[in-house]
Amino acid sequence: MSVDLSQFHQVFFDESFEGLDIMETGLLELEPGSTAVDDINTIFRAAHSIKGGAGTFGFQMVSEFTHVAETLLDEYRSSARPVEQEGIDLLLEAVDELRSILGALQADSDVDMSNADSLKVRFNELLASKTETGTVTEAAGSSAQSSTSKSDPTNFDSDDSFWRIKFIPARGIIQTGNEPMRIFRELMDLGRTEVTCYTDTLPAFASLDPEELFLHWQIDLFANCSESSIQDVFEWVIDDCVVEITYIDSANTAVVADEKTIETEPDTAEPLAQGFTEPSQPSSATAVIEAQKKTVSVKAAKSVIGSESQSIRVGIDKIDSLINLVGELVITQSMLGQIGHDFSIDKLQRLQEGLMQLEQNTREMQESVMRIRMVPISFSFSRFPRLVRDTAKKLKKKINLVMLGESTELDKTVMEKIGDPLVHMVRNSMDHGIEAPDIRQAQGKKPEGTLTLNAYHQGGNIVIEIADDGKGIDPQVIGKKAIQNGLMTEEDQYTDQQLQELIFHPGLSTAEIVSDLSGRGVGMDVVRRNIQELKGSVELDSKVGEGSTFRIKLPLTLSILDGQLVRLGEETFVLPLTSIIESIEVSPDQISSIAGELEVIVLRDEYVPVVRLYEVFNIEPENKSIFDGLVVVVESGKQKIGLHVDDLLSQQQVVIKSLDTNYKRIEGLSGATILGDGTVALILDITGLMNIVGDRALSSVIMKTAS
Amino acid sequence: MTTVMTEKNSPDHGEEELSESHSNDQYLTFVMDDEEYGVDILSVQEIRGWEKPTKIPNASSYLKGVINLRGTIVPIVDLRARFHLKEVEYTPVTVVIVLKLVSDNLSRTVGIVVDAVSDVYSIIAEDIREPPDIRNSENRQFIKGLANVGKKMVIILNLSGLLDDDELTEA
Repeated sequence: MSVDLSQFHQVFFDESFEGLDIMETGLLELEPGSTAVDDINTIFRAAHSIKGGAGTFGFQMVSEFTHVAETLLDEYRSSARPVEQEGIDLLLEAVDELRSILGALQADSDVDMSNADSLKVRFNELLASKTETGTVTEAAGSSAQSSTSKSDPTNFDSDDSFWRIKFIPARGIIQTGNEPMRIFRELMDLGRTEVTCYTDTLPAFASLDPEELFLHWQIDLFANCSESSIQDVFEWVIDDCVVEITYIDSANTAVVADEKTIETEPDTAEPLAQGFTEPSQPSSATAVIEAQKKTVSVKAAKSVIGSESQSIRVGIDKIDSLINLVGELVITQSMLGQIGHDFSIDKLQRLQEGLMQLEQNTREMQESVMRIRMVPISFSFSRFPRLVRDTAKKLKKKINLVMLGESTELDKTVMEKIGDPLVHMVRNSMDHGIEAPDIRQAQGKKPEGTLTLNAYHQGGNIVIEIADDGKGIDPQVIGKKAIQNGLMTEEDQYTDQQLQELIFHPGLSTAEIVSDLSGRGVGMDVVRRNIQELKGSVELDSKVGEGSTFRIKLPLTLSILDGQLVRLGEETFVLPLTSIIESIEVSPDQISSIAGELEVIVLRDEYVPVVRLYEVFNIEPENKSIFDGLVVVVESGKQKIGLHVDDLLSQQQVVIKSLDTNYKRIEGLSGATILGDGTVALILDITGLMNIVGDRALSSVIMKTAS
Repeated sequence: MTTVMTEKNSPDHGEEELSESHSNDQYLTFVMDDEEYGVDILSVQEIRGWEKPTKIPNASSYLKGVINLRGTIVPIVDLRARFHLKEVEYTPVTVVIVLKLVSDNLSRTVGIVVDAVSDVYSIIAEDIREPPDIRNSENRQFIKGLANVGKKMVIILNLSGLLDDDELTEA
């Protein structure tokens, strides 16, 4: 019976990525020379389950690659070698590489193993270098035990030294889903094997139970491998069988006798150290490359019907609360059903109560369902320790990262989209904000810069702050740059705040040198645009010499919106409540027109262009005159426009439905929603409307010049 | 809101089950301007009474608007307007046939407004004849073929062509 394993691939990928995150976090906390066995164990376990999973699902290149990393971790774990910076860096690189390999596998695209192979060579070099130092230590007479414990026999030129494995599985082993053949295959991956099968316990045919295993084996493994790697093969079945691993050398003396134990006995392995010669890793590595290339091509040829659907991990408490609510809803429903069954007017009171209860249930349920989509921002923040570490190293700066409010929750979609802008801003802060240590010291600051990431809820928004204690943004410098780039003239009077805000303007960067990190002048405007696409905003707070704080404000979710219903003729439209500044009745002295086409209203020293929505949408309105009806002033970014509508209706929360599922996107509309009476209302897209209006104003000018 | 019939993809095969599955398809027919048109019954999701949709600004004249179909937004196309037929007042028998159209691996749910629903016929594929070559007719792209049922002629419509991507996005 064969099971289609591909259906579990998604789970494997999810878990592997999670494991990689664990490894990364663990590695970042790991200091050279650390002896925190628990931490190393955590990293090791994560690597091990990735390897195991990859082996099970047939991603040999992943398991082989993970294996070398795991070998190094294993040495750290057993204190066979001190944790060194080089190893941590290499392991972090391996994590990155694994992430990209797994990503490629998930996308079912070709896997480029060249990078992984060179990493593997470096791992092997590191592992080999260790053994040398190990021998040195041994000679010095200190920690001889531990250093030799892992130095396994490596010279298998002759057949007279090998691992003899006695494998006596329990009878019920097949029922637990463990297949001995798999174990043999894995052993064969380690090296040449000679297997002897013992059938002496096989019962007569009549009493044979086909679901039980009566065989046991002796396997002679001629391989250049450590005992622990053999034990790894048996790890899944160790509880269901007796495994004896013996090392037999030329003299035919059993050196290591080990039964069902994971930990190696160091002292018994000691004599083997003498058998150590220069390992032949490079050549074996190339062989591996060949093998992997084959696997990859096979993989690519096989079209896997992988589900591309994203998954989300939800805390059980959220599901439980939802189930409770559904229970309550059912009770309310049956209560209402009973009232409705034989309704008389004296039951009106109860009916109203029931409906109120239903309303409450529905609201709670809506909130609860929305909470399922909410994930803590730590998913996004978790990449920063690594990023800050690497970037600081590159920039030769000392930067301390402080993260606050990591458990603040926000919508998964919002979080995914805010990731890149955040990375950009953090890089910017490190590159341009925080000064080099010597400059900091000269200014009487601590040589270590501090970068603070903070997330918290405020009203219906989530606020993310990126603060540094660097040099801040000098408005004068920006001003000069802006004049240079023709963004403003010398006569323009801007406040410091306004000047600082110019960094969000396309084509302005304050970096004196263009580094490979940031400073090419594209960036902050893209950041701002991305944030605006998410219906959010970004503010800047900066003091020269003290540092800068960027404050990103985002809606908690993109699927629900606080809306203001407005009427236009017979149609109802929804305006996002957050974008509304005010609604006014316009008097004739407030209005003036520019070039006879574009109308503007004067609003507290500001000129706000007015858009007659009925013109834009070709709808028959109730009031054509701008002095009847209302003008709703809305803003998007720093831009304001006034929308001329007939009337304001109620405010309510609306669920955003997309128009392009069955139809198409329409300019000026961000979607549709369903109102309480079941009809559809269209949601206005303020930014889109501004674009339409901008185009029209432009085309009207063009038409004028043409005529 | 009146739902005239809610029948989902369950054509009654009965004795035809012995014949080849594709040679004997069922078609739902409807009437416009005394002509009978047929659509593959498997693409019919439901038939609803006419209700006023929400207008979409600046959309083509044949797009009457969008309705709420149990939580999804569904565009409504007036088939008379789409076929450049004379427009008529909507009456109580005016119905909306909700169809699932698949083109380019994209499935859309679209409602079409027709005068009235007529019948369900089993038509053998061989009995559907090529329509005469009317080159300059814009409606040609929607017509899959013609079939005789008894003395009547039914115009079999090609649904994926009926609301092609280009047609739908052309505004």
